[in-house]
Amino acid sequence: MLQHFPLLTLLIWLPVIGAFLILCTGNEKNANWARGIAVFITVVCLLLCIPLYLGFDPTRYDMQFMEDHLWVRAYETRYALGIDGISLVMVILTNFTGLLVIVAACQSIKIRVSQYMAAFLILQGMIVGVFCAMDAILFYVFWEGMLIPMYLSIGIWGSANRSYASIKFFLFTFLGSILMLVALIYLYNQTGSFLIQNFYGLPLSLHTQTWLFLAFLLAFAVKVPMFPVHTWLPDAHTEAPAGGSVVLAALMLKLGVYGFLRFSMPITPLACAKLAWLMIVLSLIAIVYIGLIAIVQRDMKKLIAYSSIAHMGFATLGCFMVYDIVSHMHSLQDAYMSLEGAVIQMVAHAFGSGAMFLGVGLLAERYYNHSRMIQDYGGVAHTMPIFAAFFMLFAMSNVGLPGTAGFVGEFMVIMSAFQTHFWVAMIASLTLLLSASYTLWMYKRVFFGPIGNDQVAAFRDVTWLEKTNYILLAIGVFFVGLYPQPIIDVLRVTIGHILLQSMPPDLAFNVPTTLYFA
Amino acid sequence: MSAVPEIFILCMVCIILGVDAFLPRRLSVITYYLIQATLAAALVFTSLQFSGAATLTVSFSGHYVLDDLAVISKIFIYLFGIFAFIYAREYIEARKIAISEYYLLGLFSILGMSIMVSAYSFLSIYLGLELLSLPLYAMVAMNKDSEHATEAAMKYFILGALASGMLLYGISIIYGITGELELTKVGAALSTFNLVAVMGLIFVMAGLIFKFGAVPFHMWVPDVYQGAATPTTLFIASAPKVAAFAITLRILAQAMPSLQVYWIQILMVIAILSMFFGNLLAIAQNNIKRMFAYSSIAHIGYTLLGILAGPNSTQGYSAAMFYIATYVLVAAGGFAIITIMSRQGVELDKLDDYRGLNARNPWLAFMMLLLLFSMAGVPPMVGFFAKLGLLEALVQAKLVWLAVLALIFAIIGSYYYLRVVMLMYFEEPDESVAQVPVVVSSSMMAAISLNGVAALLIGLLPSFFIDICRISAM
Repeated sequence: MLQHFPLLTLLIWLPVIGAFLILCTGNEKNANWARGIAVFITVVCLLLCIPLYLGFDPTRYDMQFMEDHLWVRAYETRYALGIDGISLVMVILTNFTGLLVIVAACQSIKIRVSQYMAAFLILQGMIVGVFCAMDAILFYVFWEGMLIPMYLSIGIWGSANRSYASIKFFLFTFLGSILMLVALIYLYNQTGSFLIQNFYGLPLSLHTQTWLFLAFLLAFAVKVPMFPVHTWLPDAHTEAPAGGSVVLAALMLKLGVYGFLRFSMPITPLACAKLAWLMIVLSLIAIVYIGLIAIVQRDMKKLIAYSSIAHMGFATLGCFMVYDIVSHMHSLQDAYMSLEGAVIQMVAHAFGSGAMFLGVGLLAERYYNHSRMIQDYGGVAHTMPIFAAFFMLFAMSNVGLPGTAGFVGEFMVIMSAFQTHFWVAMIASLTLLLSASYTLWMYKRVFFGPIGNDQVAAFRDVTWLEKTNYILLAIGVFFVGLYPQPIIDVLRVTIGHILLQSMPPDLAFNVPTTLYFA
Repeated sequence: MSAVPEIFILCMVCIILGVDAFLPRRLSVITYYLIQATLAAALVFTSLQFSGAATLTVSFSGHYVLDDLAVISKIFIYLFGIFAFIYAREYIEARKIAISEYYLLGLFSILGMSIMVSAYSFLSIYLGLELLSLPLYAMVAMNKDSEHATEAAMKYFILGALASGMLLYGISIIYGITGELELTKVGAALSTFNLVAVMGLIFVMAGLIFKFGAVPFHMWVPDVYQGAATPTTLFIASAPKVAAFAITLRILAQAMPSLQVYWIQILMVIAILSMFFGNLLAIAQNNIKRMFAYSSIAHIGYTLLGILAGPNSTQGYSAAMFYIATYVLVAAGGFAIITIMSRQGVELDKLDDYRGLNARNPWLAFMMLLLLFSMAGVPPMVGFFAKLGLLEALVQAKLVWLAVLALIFAIIGSYYYLRVVMLMYFEEPDESVAQVPVVVSSSMMAAISLNGVAALLIGLLPSFFIDICRISAM
């Protein structure tokens, strides 16, 4: 019954329709209406996730809550939606984050409220769409469509250098995804359909697969972002309004890894196995080099942005290590842990960095010129003790303290890394040192010590609205850190299935085909 | 009875000319409504001929044809004609540009386009082309108080005459070696000739490419677009492009299929150069009309990609038709917004004039946003699906590298569209104009809203529109 109700369509289009309603409320006079409608819509969306979770059958590996209609006859494009375990987790995460962002904006956004709310609602709908799309063109439409509201939100509500940051953001991601479009059309030409599942298991030559892999790589590497194409992220993060940073960090970066799992690995397994070393090297560079860069940042948002890149390095490392692990260990069991670690890292990072961006946004909002410079603060713990406690928790999650969200994923990935090569694991482990240094050093300079100046002395502690947000986030951090079992249960079969699909024939030959993933 | 729309328009033009001569000045609005009614009726007549099936009817001793291509093109030409006149009305009334004559010349030009897309011999092609062009020169020159307009008209006329000459020269070469004027007969006769025929092909193509406004015959486009009164620019940028597309496709695919190898290569070079120069030079512009002019050169380049992929793919021609139709829809909207902005007696065609438009009139800014993103080819706007169709055709024709190149130019192009969005949304308006509201009359508002929302809605549900644009294989 639940399976046939168009829940996914509702989750995608309800925010979009809501956004147009909000735009109709017009100017600043009705700002409270805009706020009210936005909160209402996001709450409804989050509530809709409950039947989605309950109706989801974690023992099946195929797509669930399927919807399939012909969309564009001439191009054989279908409006096909469906979710598996990974999509489910990400959809719930998206709706959760969406609510947080809207609630936070109720207080912090004072100009063009209705447009802000509308932009973020559309953004939320588009992101859910990406996670649900089973048709490549539908996927691409959502993937690109979300650029427009994000571009506008950085540009309109961003800080001083916003025009530059927003256009850089747009052009980088546009450049990346456009080659993916050619790859998708090429695959369509091979199969006569745009359904992603029909792309799996195509007998493509290594040469073709390599080209396809590189096209996908550019698209997803820009979004993750991976080492050489990461430069847009610090700018975009820094200039974006707090809500924009949260969405960028918590959701948009995940899209890249999701793309690797959904496209690159199952469609081009040969190329993935061959180029896994490249991906591992790039991930390690992200972890170490970007981690080092994070230490020297003077801008808090920039620091967290760089730390995001380093943390996402774990997600990509976990994804592409599986090929080495399987060829070394001849067992999917160890590879499975690596991939699972990558996915958990995605979720954990969403809570940790999302919360930190929200926190920095809150601090900057209280400072008269919205400064984000570490040197402008100091001793905040004296004036805002509750906030300092919350921020400590999120900082610890960022560091990867056991018991918080950040620990689980990193631990799983590092453990698996020992199966490939000692040095890979060693270098990856450096993150424990690096993330502790940059996060705690920043924490020390901002929160401890004597009160820095009159501005800080006048800070008032968090309001009840902000407190609600942080409590929700803290629950998330502890939930993933202490009891990740519900997430792992949902993911288990899906990840096992993706892993099997992503193995090139010669590797899969060595491993037993029937496996039970514990 | 296949030429009903043309005969009807011709009769109506003559009648309206007579009526207008006896109408007092204050009732001249009647002329406007008569002309709109004429176009609407022609649109209905043509729609009745639209069967979807590929029925090719040749009449007037082989000079006139009615097929999918002709009917679809005519539908778009009449439709865009109606829109162009709606947008033009308030502008030319406010500026005291000769009112009724403007529409009558436009109607003559539309008649020329109509004849051209239905032409089946080189004779009727040339007649249609001249009937299309001559009123356009006059329309540009009509804004006679403007230095720019006079210069633009002169430039347009001289270069246009040169292009017509080249076209005529090419036609005469082809007539010389084949002894035929009718397209299919020429096509049959050409299969035995080669080198001389290629000469003819090159001259004919030069003439067509000029009308299209693609590199290397693009020099007139920025000057004319900028110099002409904005509604005239809108008119030049809309319906004639569809007509030029139809006739290029007809000549290349129907009269010269045996020279395919040559014209595919020529088109490839022209398309790449157009996309390159169009997109690159648009970045350097600070006049929005000039920017749109260069952007139109780039978009013509994209359209040509569809034609050149056509022979080796199933839907190249249809994709090109869809592309040009949607581009014209969007470009018309863009010029319409300039027209609306400019109404208070000053031409607001500098990029800076759009600074902070979101604060002054959010709805107008939102419409411009939709149109610009559509031009940039960002989903879910219609421009994306137009590009998607072309790319599919290119990949099918085994021209993956060209598809990649086209997309790289699209990225370059997206920059200058984004820059306008940036000005409209990210900046505050100048203090001198911040308090001046942008007044938009209700009819203009309705038209521009229809135009902008269409760019979004056809993007979300493109199937219907794509099916209309389907041209059966030639």
